Amino acid sequence: MSATSAIAPMTSVPDVLVLKNVSKSFHAGKRLIGALQAVSFTMQPGAVMGLIGPDGAGKTTLMRLVAGLLRPDDGEIRVLGIDVGKDPQSVQSSIGYMPQRFGLYEDLTVQENLDLYTDLQGVLPRDRAKRYGELMRMTNLETFRGRLAGRLSGGMKQKLGLACALVRSPRLILLDEPTVGVDPVSRRELWAIVYRLVENEGVSVLLSTAYLDEAQRCRDVVLMSEGRILHQGPPDQFTQPLTGRTFQMRVPGITRRTLMRELAQRPEVVDAIIIGDDVRVVLSRTAEAQKQVTAAFPGAVLVPVPPRFEDSFVDTLRVGKGEPPPTPSAKPAAVPPAAPVAMVKTIVPPAKAAGPVIEVKNLTKQFGAFYAVHDISFSVAPGKIFGLLGANGAGKSTTFRMLCGLLPISGGMLRVAGYDLRTARAVARSRVGYMSQKFSLYGNLSVMENLRFFASAYGLMGRNRSRRIDDVLGEFGLSAVADMNSGGLPLGFKQRLALAAALMHKPDILFLDEPTSGVDPLARREFWHRINALVDVGVTIMVTTHFMEEAEYCDELAIMAVGRILSMGTPSQIRHSASTLANTNPTMEDAFIHLIDSSQRKVA
Amino acid sequence: MAAIMRILALMIKEFLSLLKDKKSRFVIIVPPLVQLLVFGYAATYDLTRVPYAVYNEDTGGAARDLLADFHGSPYFHRVAVITHQQQIAPLIDNRRALVVVHIQRQFSRNLLSGRSGSVQVIVDGRNSNTALIALGYVRDIIVAFNLHWDADHHIAGPPAQLVTRAWFNPNLLSQWFVVPGIVGLLTLVVTMLVTALSVAREREQGTFDQLLVTPFTPVEILLGKALPGFIIGMAEATVMIVAAVWWFDVPLLGNLLTLYAGTVLFVLAAIGVGLAISAISATMQQGLLGAFLFLVPAIILSGFTTPIANMPQWVQWITLADPLRYFMVILRGVFLQATPWHLLVGQMWPMALIAAITLSVATWLFRHRSY
Repeated sequence: MSATSAIAPMTSVPDVLVLKNVSKSFHAGKRLIGALQAVSFTMQPGAVMGLIGPDGAGKTTLMRLVAGLLRPDDGEIRVLGIDVGKDPQSVQSSIGYMPQRFGLYEDLTVQENLDLYTDLQGVLPRDRAKRYGELMRMTNLETFRGRLAGRLSGGMKQKLGLACALVRSPRLILLDEPTVGVDPVSRRELWAIVYRLVENEGVSVLLSTAYLDEAQRCRDVVLMSEGRILHQGPPDQFTQPLTGRTFQMRVPGITRRTLMRELAQRPEVVDAIIIGDDVRVVLSRTAEAQKQVTAAFPGAVLVPVPPRFEDSFVDTLRVGKGEPPPTPSAKPAAVPPAAPVAMVKTIVPPAKAAGPVIEVKNLTKQFGAFYAVHDISFSVAPGKIFGLLGANGAGKSTTFRMLCGLLPISGGMLRVAGYDLRTARAVARSRVGYMSQKFSLYGNLSVMENLRFFASAYGLMGRNRSRRIDDVLGEFGLSAVADMNSGGLPLGFKQRLALAAALMHKPDILFLDEPTSGVDPLARREFWHRINALVDVGVTIMVTTHFMEEAEYCDELAIMAVGRILSMGTPSQIRHSASTLANTNPTMEDAFIHLIDSSQRKVA
Repeated sequence: MAAIMRILALMIKEFLSLLKDKKSRFVIIVPPLVQLLVFGYAATYDLTRVPYAVYNEDTGGAARDLLADFHGSPYFHRVAVITHQQQIAPLIDNRRALVVVHIQRQFSRNLLSGRSGSVQVIVDGRNSNTALIALGYVRDIIVAFNLHWDADHHIAGPPAQLVTRAWFNPNLLSQWFVVPGIVGLLTLVVTMLVTALSVAREREQGTFDQLLVTPFTPVEILLGKALPGFIIGMAEATVMIVAAVWWFDVPLLGNLLTLYAGTVLFVLAAIGVGLAISAISATMQQGLLGAFLFLVPAIILSGFTTPIANMPQWVQWITLADPLRYFMVILRGVFLQATPWHLLVGQMWPMALIAAITLSVATWLFRHRSY
């Protein structure tokens, strides 16, 4: 992997980090969970290495092992030539470590936080002023020195955390998911800071991320899944085998959702997801794949597109496990491929309403003097997916909670299925299903007990109830785990259970609050296959997300920042609104950054 | 019908999540039993084996007889016999002896010659309560000695004699007083813990939102949450009452129905307070802290240890909001006095009022607390 490192490693320069056959397992109740299994890799000076993988891949465990906060069960770790197992103290005093939730003191100002960490790290007073100046310039926090850390935005908090980890110019810094929950603008800034550090100070960086699209920004990538390294090398090496296999496809007369579903069932298709008005397909390695697809869909237009990192992830996992590609799950035979179709039968199409199902006019929410949501209006037609896209703190969750009747409104008007759910009679709520961001079912109850509870909550009784539960267990591939405690299930199963509970009563409006955050790309695809099947029978979906890619599944999208809607339209309209001479085919993320920038310019 | 099924489903869910979790199962079973036993034996005003020292300067028989009375008493335990004035101070200072009995040189001779002799008693007054009780025991022995002496020497006794009868608790056993109180105290603690965490746990884990978007009405949520607490509270109280009667041998003289009427109202009031605290809390930690902020004053102001009548007037007004205060009266009344129903109505309705207010507040807060 040294080939792409900017600083050519000399033979005399020792490796910054060496892991040899490192294993670590944890006890969770009676079960033994292998968090890391025989992991080995080497990092050279000046490297920017990304640990990439979905939640539960073992990224944080690896970081903590390197920082000497955990001891490996087996294997050896050498950091800057020091054996971490023997001398964790001296490793800790020569590296910088920023854990997932950096310990900022929210009641101290930016400067006080910085002073505290400088004192803790024992930096000499005469060196401080210079270092502070550098860090503040780098992070653009100069003007916020007097502000309480708790009042900073998510992105600024991460930058301050990074600054605190850097007060003593370490030679190696470990950043554990520094970009989680940070808006794309701040994400770009954080990456710029990382590269400035590498160039100006010769620091080596090991960082972890669950966003696969960030892989392209690393010089070296270690792709992890379930405690093992799947592949490692420079990012191009990952996408290289996919060259010529990725296309954007459209077929006149077939809707993108139907096209995606049909494509996903074909053996020569590895992956099919919706991007704007098209379907993005990854074809299998066989030479005839393209011919087969063109033959199956007469009139199809296939435009070659560059492969992405996520394609290689999906390709590696699906082909690597020898699984038929159309199965929307990587989990062994848990879901029959026909599951989404089966669900279509059990959902009764709602009576076609003439007007919009969700209507919001001049909606405002104030907390004291702070406007969490400021004068927003939109409406959602039946059978459509409407997305609210925005960074943490943009006001999308607040909007969402008001729509669900969980939060009173401060001003304006909202109607869900003709009701304000906060004041409507309880029965009105049985028309909506709700699935929230974190797994919010009862973790110490079994899958069966959870389903029984929610079935009864929605008024299902006796034989109806048991029949519906059986249906749902089958549809969602949960029969095998029906008696297990839901809290101990893998994230993908939890998410399926949550969706199953939300659909128990066949609602005609479904609210999804960041439904796929943290789950791996395969589980996310499986999830959206289900959602698409629901939309096909007329269910209306309202979804919030901060995944730009997920936004592409929506029929209509509203981009939110600081409580306002910046732009609204179909995903392709929003993308095209950001097209410039320099960038004629902007991505959703480009469009997002463009919108935030221009709104800030308006304010300034 | 659908509403009843929903409430039932919520109750089953509450019981399952309470009983499936090893920690919460432990909390509702083990600590109350341990506390009942510990408090039942530990919380006592009775002094036994008071450590005392003897400083006898008299060699006569009367002194010997008096000391023999001390020696033979099960309430006293001799730890030292001293011979010098200077030895008294170290004994008391080091807490080796609570009482020093000093018999002066002329004691026997004075008694034999018909005069009165004096016995000096030095008491460690650092704990005033204990000192008073020890002094009372000493006084009893001296009085008994006097009566014996007068009878033996054919002397007319003192003109007025004190004959005491303690009603309701003839032997003044403090267990009879303390154990019924513990029934109320532990019922309160367990019921509060179960309910104060119930909503807070769901808020912390995000399941409460999920519950609020289902067709549950606030009243249904209240019933589903309150009934498990009610069943556990009543079961807990029953175990305690049984233990008080059969383990601690406290007589239960009154009507069991009256006692249970009071218990029902008290448990309802405790559930109301617990659920109201829980409904305000966003996390389990807040819920637990809130429960303890209520429990400690509720116990101190209930008259469990110190009589409410001794408290300053303004504190006495505060105690009116304490449901345990009323239940204490009912418990002790029914156990020891067989107080009839109609005399306890005055204790019943305030608890019902507290329950009504707190349960309504909790119901309102389910939907209106925004966080």
